[in-house]
Order: sequence, then C-alpha cells, then structure tokens
Amino acid sequence: MITVAFFKAAIIAGIPLLFATLGEIITEKSGHLNLGVEGMMLMGAVIGFQVGYTTNSPLLALLFAAIAGALGALIYAFLTVSLRANQVVSGLALTIFGTGFAGFVGKSLMGMKMTDQFNYFFRDLKIPGLGDIPYLGEIFFNHDIFVYLGYVTAIVLGLYLYNTGKGLNLRAIGENPAAADAASIPITKYKYLHILLGGALCGLGGAYLSLVYVPVWQENITAGRGWIAVALVIFSGWNPYKAIAGAFLFGGLDIIGFRLQGTAIAISQYIFDMAPYVATIVILVLVSLRKSKKNAPPKALSEPYFREER
Amino acid sequence: MQFRIVIKSEIGKKKRVLIFLGSIIAALIVSGLFLAFLNLNPFQVYIAMLQGSVGSVYRIEQTIIYAIPLIITSLGVAIAFKMKFWNIGAEGQILMGAFMASYFALNYSFLPRFILLLIMFFAGFIGGAVWGIIPAFFRAKWGTNETIITLMMNYVALKWVVYLQYGPWKDPNAFGFPKLANFAKNAVLPELFGVHIGWIIAVLLTIFVYFFLNRSKKGFEIAVLGESAITARDAGINIFRTIIFAMVLSGGICGIVGFIEASGVEQTLTKDITGGVGYTAIIIAWLGALKPQWMVLASFLFAILIQGSSYIQSAFGISAYSAQLLEAIVLFFVLGSDFFTRYKLIIDWPSLLRRTKENGK
Repeated sequence: MITVAFFKAAIIAGIPLLFATLGEIITEKSGHLNLGVEGMMLMGAVIGFQVGYTTNSPLLALLFAAIAGALGALIYAFLTVSLRANQVVSGLALTIFGTGFAGFVGKSLMGMKMTDQFNYFFRDLKIPGLGDIPYLGEIFFNHDIFVYLGYVTAIVLGLYLYNTGKGLNLRAIGENPAAADAASIPITKYKYLHILLGGALCGLGGAYLSLVYVPVWQENITAGRGWIAVALVIFSGWNPYKAIAGAFLFGGLDIIGFRLQGTAIAISQYIFDMAPYVATIVILVLVSLRKSKKNAPPKALSEPYFREER
Repeated sequence: MQFRIVIKSEIGKKKRVLIFLGSIIAALIVSGLFLAFLNLNPFQVYIAMLQGSVGSVYRIEQTIIYAIPLIITSLGVAIAFKMKFWNIGAEGQILMGAFMASYFALNYSFLPRFILLLIMFFAGFIGGAVWGIIPAFFRAKWGTNETIITLMMNYVALKWVVYLQYGPWKDPNAFGFPKLANFAKNAVLPELFGVHIGWIIAVLLTIFVYFFLNRSKKGFEIAVLGESAITARDAGINIFRTIIFAMVLSGGICGIVGFIEASGVEQTLTKDITGGVGYTAIIIAWLGALKPQWMVLASFLFAILIQGSSYIQSAFGISAYSAQLLEAIVLFFVLGSDFFTRYKLIIDWPSLLRRTKENGK
C-alpha cells in the first residue's frame, strides 16, 4: 500500500501538476493571473498526442505540445496585456476554448495508443549513483526522462527567478509595474514572453498525461488538474522549489483512492477521489491563516498596467 | 511614439451596442473561416443553427429549456460578482441543490405534489446555499482566495454525486447500470405552454434579483463592498455578515437550478446534470455587465448557440465541441472589444510613415 511503489507512482502523478504549476508561477510573476491552465494543458495534451501519433517522434510531440500551450497563452496575452481585458474572464474563456479544441481534435483519436517504439522513449532510466540510494533512488531517480525534465525545469526556473537580473526584472514587474517601467524594463515584452513560456509549460504538463501517464487518448484527460495547479501556485508561495514538493504531495493524493481499493480500508474509491480537491481547500485555508510576506502573491497580480493611468 | 492609447470619456449607449455587435460579427467571420477550413459553407451552417434553435415551436421550447438554467445561474453568480467575490462554484452549488432536492424526491414521493415540489425547491436552495457559505466563511474570516475554493468544491460535489450514483443511490432495478431511479410523477415539475414551469421561476427570480440589486439596502451594501472594503467599513456595513448573506443568496439561487434540472429536465439525479451551465453562466453574467435584463438576453444568445450547435452536429456531422469553440471565439472577441469602449487608439500616421520609410532605407 504505502510502499516505495506508491511513492514512485506519486511522483509520476505529480509531474503534470509540476509542469502546470511552474507555468502558472512564471505567468503570475509577471502580474497576470491566467485561469486558462486547464485549457492550455488540454491543448498541449491533444496536440502532443496527435503529433506523436502521426510522426511517431516523441521529441516532435513534446515540441508541438509546448507550442500548442504557448499559442493558447498567446490569445490570453493579447487580450489581457495589449487589450487589458479582464484576466479572470479571459482565463476562463481560454479554458473553454482549450476544452472545446481538445474535444474537437481528439474526436478521431479516442482510444488510440502509441507504438511500443514511441513508448520506449519514455522508459525508466536509472540515474547512475543517485538511483542506487536505497528507497530514495527508486522513488526519485528511476523514472522516464520527462520526470527528470520536470526536476530540471523547476530548478532552472528557481535559479532564473532568484539569481538572475532578468528574473529580478520579472518579479519587479509583478510587484510594481510602474516602478519597473520607470526603470525602463520593457514591460510588454517581458509579460508576453513569460505568459507564453507559462503556456508552453502547461502544454508540456498536459502532454505528459496523454503521452506517458495514461497513455491512451481520452476525453477531458486533465480532469481538473489545471485548477489544482492554480491552487498549488498559492500553496507553494509562488516559489518553484516549493512547487516540487507540492506537486508530488498532490500526486500522492491523486492516486491514493485507486491504491486503497481492495485493501482493508473499506471506503469507496469515489470518496477518496475527493482527496486532492479537499486537500487543496484545507491547504488554501491554512495558507491564508498564516499570512506572511514571503508567501504573498505578486502585488500587482491581475491588475492591468496602463502607463497613461498613472 | 507611433501610436498611443488614451482613456475615453463616457461613451454613449448606442456606440457601446455598436461595438458589441461589431465584435459578434467579427467572431462569426473568424468562426466562418474555421468552418470553411472544414469544407463547410459557413452561411449554411449559421442558417441551420438558427433553424435548429428557433425554427419551430418545438425547437423554441427546447431553446427555452436550455436558457432557463443559464438565466437563473447567471443571476446567482451575478450577486457574488457584484461584491467582487469570484464565485466559480456554481457547478457545485447546482449539483448540491440537485442532490438535496433528489433526496426528498426519492424518499418522500408519497407527499402531495405541490408540497413535495415546494420542499424540493427549498431543499435545492439550502443545498446550494451551504455550498456557498463555506467559501464565503473562509473569505470573510481569513481572506482565503475564493476563486480556487469554489472551484475545488465543484469537484467535491461532482465526486459526491458520482459516489451516490455508483454506490448507495444506484437503482437496483437498472440491471447494474450506474444510474438512479427516475423520480415519481409527484416529484416532476409540471409543464405550462410546453415548457416545465422552471421558466416561471426564472422570470420571478429575474425580477427579484433586479430589484434586490438596484433597490434594496442589502443589494446596495453588496455593491459598496464590491467597490471598496474600506468605504464599506466606514459606512458601517458589517462586512462579515454581508459576504455570508450574499453567498447564501448566490449559492442558493444556483441550488434552485439543481432542483429545476433534476425535477423538470432529467427527472432524476445524474453527475452530468449541470452540463457546464455553471461555467457558461459566469461568462453570461460578465457579458450582461451584471444587469439582469442583459443577462437574460445573453442567456438566450447562448441557448441558441448551444441548441443550434447540437442541431448542426447531426445535420453536418460537426463535433459537439464545436459549440464550445464557437462560444470561446465569441467570448474572445467580446472580451477584446471591451478595449474599444474604454480606450481610444490614436495612431500618429505621419510619424509612423516616416519611421517605415527610415526602416526601408
């Protein structure tokens, strides 16, 4: 039950959440609350699957999944950055669009599978040395390369945000766009780039679901994970490093119902399926109880910036 | 600077309507290109959509049946939005309302029809209201972000109904199918003019919410709180109580939708009872600028879009998801068009041309 295999599976279940959470962190750091995560994940999931299915190339599948997510984000960025539309409604519209898009494109992919050759690309690869650590090695360092890509992305984003000048500029924009503007940081360019990058990461998160996790195309494959990712951003205090822990915790909650089936614990699986959602609520309430400056959202989050309004 | 953006002073109603219509037309053109890409004649498709939604008395009735939950749910969420409380939880509130109403429908069907339906109505209200109070309490007490909480509660409600449907409430006479028993006749809303009387509830609620938001003291307090918490506090408004009250009403009204859909349309409880109404209603509330009269109009627009899309689905073999895509495209354009009601784009042609010339050298 709660064994090494369980923790290993929790990591795998957490990877789509990790990518989406990182994408949303980088988006929100630019001062934009994009509630279209679910939609962008679905766009990435379906395009990744379609491209992988047609070309049999895992790399092309990942590339196009990221592009699909970024294109979704581009619609959002144009609306909210250039046209200063309401961010909440724009994000919701993007989710509706992504859901419709995935359903539309995915109609002919229902129940399709990838070839063995394709799946071989995502086989478990043990990292020499680290993978030999008892227990931890098997849990963390014996995975497909997509999982390692997730680790690396989180760390690179953390370094980027906290240890580079560009990361500092980005945070300045999210905190106080007027001051950043006065320091002649090109705000619009930064916002566009990071919203697009966020979308690409969400697209990759969706692609992990359709290409590796499931890996058969099914309708509404994300099942609300995009929304959990939005909550995980708050949980992790907008910090990419903490997002790793959050994503894996929720990965565990995601699979616990399934794992407990047929064990002595006689609670319906459907009740356990509530776990990730209930846990999100509990954690958000706890986070709001201990308000600290360190875990605060970017100050200018979801406020459109308009130079002439100053 | 080749172009700059300035804030417009108040613009006239006529111009606002023109910009709105312009964005709808632009959306239809883009969607038309998409249809043309699928080798379909967009004009034929649009005409078929209209025929499918308002082409006959029966189809108009069907469209109205789609519009009823959209109207009522958007009224519900509008009350919360007026307070700048992002209640994305209408889906869950509808499900819990349907669950509560179904409890009475399944267990008290011996009661006289009118009394049973009345009990179900209030049960639906309470189910939705409870689902509304929870995020309201956290927000009012500790400032917890309500957007995510209400959203997560949608999934909790959904899993709850799935649990009932596959578990304790499964109809033993359904040959193992995971479905509930159909309601007894007593628990089904009667029809008037070919549509279940949910439409009367929708009309009454529209009038009620209109007066509540525009004329009542509580409605005014909600609007003030939405504008500024500081002003509200200085004006002596009890913020905690106002948030709770608004969400009881908002969630409760959404819960009534659950009762209407379970009793009037599905005649049982299913996990698919909302059909995404909770999300579409958010869009409608925003499109209608939180004004009940405009929201009713927008609800009909969306009902026509949904009903028309399901018609072209069979007539042209277009995926059911095309409705969602069309919906989103319309939304993108309306969202974008808002820019032109608020700002004016001034393009400095001489300097733009000069710059292009310089670049060309």
